[in-house]
Amino acid sequence: MSATLQNLVNQPYKHGFVTSIESDVAPKGLNADTIRMISAKKKEPEWLLEFRLKSYEAWLKMEEPAWPNVHYPKIDFQAISYYAAPKQKPKLKSMDEVDPELLRTFEKLGVPLHERMALAGVAVDVIFDSVSVATTYKDKLAEVGIIFCSMSEAVLDHPELVKKYIGTVIPSGDNFYAALNSAVFTDGSFCYIPKGVKCPMDLSTYFRINTEESGQFERTLIVAEEGASVSYLEGCTAPAFSSNQLHAAVVELVALDNADIKYSTVQNWYAGDENGVGGIYNFVTKRGLAKGVNSRISWTQVETGSAITWKYPSCVLLGDNSVGEFYSVAVTNHYQQADTGTKMIHIGKNTRSTIVSKGISAGHSNNSYRGLVKIAPSATGARNYSQCDSMLVGQNSGAHTFPYIQVANNSSQIEHEASTSKIGEDQLFYFAQRGIDAEAAVSMIINGFCKDVFQQLPMEFAVEATALLSFKLEGSVG
Amino acid sequence: MIHQDSKVLLEVRGLCATVNGTEILKGLDLTVRSGEIHAIMGPNGSGKSTFSKILAGHSAYEVTGGTVMFQGQNLLDLAPEERARAGVFLAFQYPIEIPGVINSQFLRLTYNTVQTHRGKEELDPLEFDDYVREKMKLLEMSPDFLERSVNEGFSGGEKKRNEILQMAMLDPRLAILDETDSGLDIDALRIVANGVNQLANKDNAIVLVTHYQRLLNYIVPDFVHVMEAGRIIKTGGKELAFELETRGYDWVGVEHKAATRATA
Ligand SMILES: Nc1ncnc2c1ncn2[C@@H]1O[C@H](COP(=O)(O)OP(=O)(O)OP(=O)(O)O)[C@@H](O)[C@H]1O
Ligand SMILES: [Mg+2]
Repeated sequence: MSATLQNLVNQPYKHGFVTSIESDVAPKGLNADTIRMISAKKKEPEWLLEFRLKSYEAWLKMEEPAWPNVHYPKIDFQAISYYAAPKQKPKLKSMDEVDPELLRTFEKLGVPLHERMALAGVAVDVIFDSVSVATTYKDKLAEVGIIFCSMSEAVLDHPELVKKYIGTVIPSGDNFYAALNSAVFTDGSFCYIPKGVKCPMDLSTYFRINTEESGQFERTLIVAEEGASVSYLEGCTAPAFSSNQLHAAVVELVALDNADIKYSTVQNWYAGDENGVGGIYNFVTKRGLAKGVNSRISWTQVETGSAITWKYPSCVLLGDNSVGEFYSVAVTNHYQQADTGTKMIHIGKNTRSTIVSKGISAGHSNNSYRGLVKIAPSATGARNYSQCDSMLVGQNSGAHTFPYIQVANNSSQIEHEASTSKIGEDQLFYFAQRGIDAEAAVSMIINGFCKDVFQQLPMEFAVEATALLSFKLEGSVG
Repeated sequence: MIHQDSKVLLEVRGLCATVNGTEILKGLDLTVRSGEIHAIMGPNGSGKSTFSKILAGHSAYEVTGGTVMFQGQNLLDLAPEERARAGVFLAFQYPIEIPGVINSQFLRLTYNTVQTHRGKEELDPLEFDDYVREKMKLLEMSPDFLERSVNEGFSGGEKKRNEILQMAMLDPRLAILDETDSGLDIDALRIVANGVNQLANKDNAIVLVTHYQRLLNYIVPDFVHVMEAGRIIKTGGKELAFELETRGYDWVGVEHKAATRATA
């Protein structure tokens, strides 16, 4: 920890706890009292407060990681306010009140009309005559016993489940940002699929958080019991704005015997302008524990936004014959920086993992793949296949690959392929000679490049992601 | 075929162009009327491909002088994709590979883009599949090529056939075939030439860039031009190709120098 931060942390507490509990926004700064306040505000059980305080203690002893290949000014953690009562987005009465720029973006992305309205903050009852989609959705899930709610609700309504699993995949002291999140998280999603239940539809955060500004420190926990399966979608292609610059989410997945969790993300946080001013810092810890035999954890991500992305959705393959997958497209343009990848930790016998990473860098951006494949002595017969491809658009962007491989037994098999390509002027000329302009050409080349990942996305998500990529790279060539 | 009253399709006057500051084209003149077939021959490095790419609008070349009119329009004002949509087609000497982009999807996009520009209906994937298979038969190409990435891993001859397939699909006004015959085996040469002949009609024109008289046995040109050092220095009928085949290029240059000295 830096000296300044140490000083700040050790400063006597100036703001009274009592006064702040009355207000909706906590005073800036972080100490044990801030955490007690958050916990009290949320009427949390004692064990959760303890979890938070323990995480905070761990965080105090940790250093902000310096190893990612990203650069940004030092973050002042005492200049952040760690609690604000959930804010309703201002509700608009009709589409006419929506920012035309936002509408143009939706148009380009092909977002369906009702979704556009919801995303733009038009009141749901304006969109749908009587029944709200979200309610219908919830009822359907309840019929099969699936719990899908906010983390705050889960803590109050299903404390035993939350207590049993929270922090079991990502311990509170796992890393600097995970520790911070564990100390101060305010909300997120909770999802529980009971034994033998196949979730009848894709679960989407969109139905849960569309009326609230999503939190700065989100916490998500998904548990699939024996033989259960679920496909979970996070984010959406519409640009997400936030009044907070730093976002540090934690996502934990637990799959028991024969369970299957597929987690898909399309991330389009505000990336800053074309000169690299502004933009979200997205420092996320995501990890899935394939705990049971034959279980499967599959991550698919399309990362397009944020000024800085620092994210390694990982799989701990504990159960014998369990499977881990990571399919990723990361696009950076202008001055964006992304350091993303995965970790596949093989512990169980005959565990298998697949990594397919596609990095696209345009403008002055920097895009790094960082991946670890670790095979423990116990993981006999383990197999991994990794493929990391980078594509450069233009002259000024950078692509980097940092693969780490640690194998501790000789019955396992590892395959690694990597390539770097460039959208060349001559390729674009070839398209142009056949009547196709540069934008359409780039979009076709990029889609070809990302095909293996897009195939993993749910259908409509894939279509939107395709449009999103073209949109993101607009004007980056030619 | 030369028609008395056919319209001028392409008119190039005094074309000069540089690449990275080096002058490559040094005052090139060429007139092409609809219905005609022209052959351009000439030694390596004389600027044939450069000329072809300039007509298609490649940005690496800077036009420093002269004019190019195409169907009464200043071709140099148009972006490369606009030229293509207006009917200028270049079969590349070295078609580039585009990994990851499926040939059938690429072909359909180019076809639909050009059709839309001409105010015609687009084809959906199924209709297009029928259409393109028909065209492939003409060139005796296996439908397997539809599912592969554009030109990726194609043999030299296969790439050339894929070019002519696109020409057949796009039905251009002016087709420039840059050494389409190089790398073709004897059977392929006949098949490709057949394809080209079937596409030639009184409304379009074909410019063949070639080193070999052999191609001209199959596609009979109305004019044969000799290019040297960035200019067309001699123009004749199809018999000129035979003469070049036996005598080489040197004599043309010598003759040209003598002629220019005499006029000076
Ligand atoms: N991008 C470039 N940079 C530098 N020189 C170039 C470039 N493109 C073409 N040239 C030069 O221009 C001259 C003409 O090249 P061009 O390819 O037009 O010849 P060509 O007549 O088509 O030859 P060939 O019969 O071998 O195909 C050559 O000397 C070549 O090296
Ligand atoms: Mg050439």
